Amino acid sequence: MDARFAQLKKEGRSAFVTFVMGGDPDPETSLAIVKALPQAGADIIEIGMPFTDPMADGPSIQAAGLRALKAGMTLKKTLQLVRSFREGDAATPIVLMGYYNPIYIYGVDKFLDDAKAAGVDGLIIVDLPPEEDTELCIPALKAGLNFIRLATPTTDDKRLPAVLANTSGFVYYVSITGITGAAAADSSAVGAAVARIKRHTALPVCVGFGIRTPETARAIAANADGAVVGTALVDALRASLDAEGRATPKTVSAVADLVAALAQGVRGAQQAAE
Amino acid sequence: MTTARPNSYRSGPDERGHFGIFGGRFVAETLMPLILDLEKAYADAKADPAFQAEMNSYRTHYVGRPSPLYYAERLTQHLGGAKIYFKRDELNHTGSHKVNNVLGQIMLARRMGKRRIIAETGAGQHGVATATLCARFGLDCVVYMGAVDVERQQPNVLRMEMLGAKVVPVQSGARTLKDAMNEALRDWVTNVHDTFYCIGTVAGPHPYPMMVRDFQSVIGDETRVQMQEAEGRLPDSLVACIGGGSNAMGLFHPFLDDPSVEIFGVEAAGHGLTQLHAASIAGGRPGVLHGNRTYLLMDEDGQIAEAHSISAGLDYPGIGPEHSWLFEAKRVTYLSATDDEALAAFQLLSRLEGIIPALEPAHAIAKVMELAPKKPKEHLMVVNLCGRGDKDVPQVGEILRKRAKES
Repeated sequence: MDARFAQLKKEGRSAFVTFVMGGDPDPETSLAIVKALPQAGADIIEIGMPFTDPMADGPSIQAAGLRALKAGMTLKKTLQLVRSFREGDAATPIVLMGYYNPIYIYGVDKFLDDAKAAGVDGLIIVDLPPEEDTELCIPALKAGLNFIRLATPTTDDKRLPAVLANTSGFVYYVSITGITGAAAADSSAVGAAVARIKRHTALPVCVGFGIRTPETARAIAANADGAVVGTALVDALRASLDAEGRATPKTVSAVADLVAALAQGVRGAQQAAE
Repeated sequence: MTTARPNSYRSGPDERGHFGIFGGRFVAETLMPLILDLEKAYADAKADPAFQAEMNSYRTHYVGRPSPLYYAERLTQHLGGAKIYFKRDELNHTGSHKVNNVLGQIMLARRMGKRRIIAETGAGQHGVATATLCARFGLDCVVYMGAVDVERQQPNVLRMEMLGAKVVPVQSGARTLKDAMNEALRDWVTNVHDTFYCIGTVAGPHPYPMMVRDFQSVIGDETRVQMQEAEGRLPDSLVACIGGGSNAMGLFHPFLDDPSVEIFGVEAAGHGLTQLHAASIAGGRPGVLHGNRTYLLMDEDGQIAEAHSISAGLDYPGIGPEHSWLFEAKRVTYLSATDDEALAAFQLLSRLEGIIPALEPAHAIAKVMELAPKKPKEHLMVVNLCGRGDKDVPQVGEILRKRAKES
């Protein structure tokens, strides 16, 4: 992960971070999608670990998780997906994102061993704030996995040091107060927030929530070390499914094409900045 | 898992909101600063005699407390064992114990300057109580309710709307209480600046389980005094139904350090424990959901299961974290009653005592019907009649008519 950010810095551009739900719409298609992401322009890949009760997610990502669960996705299969991806790509950082309960039930130590062995680089666990660091964050750091924390508009200067203390890899700035897929953030406010976080940390700051178009991706990327896109990709995937919610021949390319277009936006930010 | 026997069962939670391994603050970062603010505001209010005095005044003149402790003579004779008392919290304004907690939280919300109140509701009793106090204090009120519950608890939906609340039917998941809570949390994460989340039970992130317990403990505190007046001593046993467990915690907590008092919580066994049910302790294991670690119904992958109960108020796959701790500490015994047992108790109580209970406490009555005959006549048993059954009359009527036709 650190190597990837160092390389991007050398290239003078921001990271394009893509989120897809593991196992959506089925495990096999999901693997094909993840495999297509680096070629389409993704610098870092976040894979959602499906959960029945995703309390911070909007309707699109909720539905994606339920599609994956219905197709038989489990945490074990999500790790298998990473392992399969790693057979053909050793370089693209993989971050697993989700909620704590499936990991807690899998067993924290076993999960960390298996995630590390599968080639996972980092974790984002939405419902583990710093107050619960002993649960997973500290064991993950010890195991050599990055623990990427969310910072939000409600995380004030007083609280930021606590949020950043055990964070590694990058900081994920949630640009709005709200759930995934909600309205876009204003890029100048985002710039100010990123600057505020950077006063407290040397880590890269990536910004997510509300980025749907190459234009917003470009505007956000110009103000941050990376732009994260999730809901827009999940929506493109859903639009490609048949009436029963099954994959069609268009599904993989529907996601890859949008990633390519958004990647142009992110890369455009570099030219704009120069 | 073993839990050392503590010096007191009433000292929890610790400063991080833990009851043993249970409880905690498992929430998104956006909410964390709000929860810390709430914890501080509640600590200030708790220590402020003016806050307590104002709450007591509303309890007396608006809610109608203390609720009576009533000797259920005919039920006692019918069962032929323990002397059964009802704590009549169904006589509160709004028809259930829920108002005890809502009053406290709404007063706290006002103190914090919050003008918009959100709540989740299952049976609608918490929603009605919240809508009522929002009307009383002129606050905006949005209640999230599973679409299935909106159907089966129509009278309460109408009441909430009449009180000026906006009822939002939740279409995700099984469209019951768990999903309503998810949706309320999503609202809160979005509207952090002006919104107070009024949680209806002893669950959620710290400080909610502690705060709701404190507001509900008026039930047990009154019971101690009233039983002393009636019988000159403590009760021998307590029985209450449990969904999240707020009425039970309110009755139990003041008695936890009285070893002579046996305590029974009754979960909803739905169609039976081997089928669809809502008994988190009988059929679940520890996990993390809705901000706390507690016993939950789930599959082997940690995906939360759909609960089922005839009672919308008990239809939840979790339980308050303090109950999980009391279970593992073996201080409280957790039983369960099926839909059919609750229906039978509902009818028996209506005919014998002239009290139509809500389906929720009908589960507690169902276990009283098993426990009381085995106890001697001098045994004093208190059951929390936490809600009245008006809201359930259409639903139960339909079920009974259908069954009569089939038989």
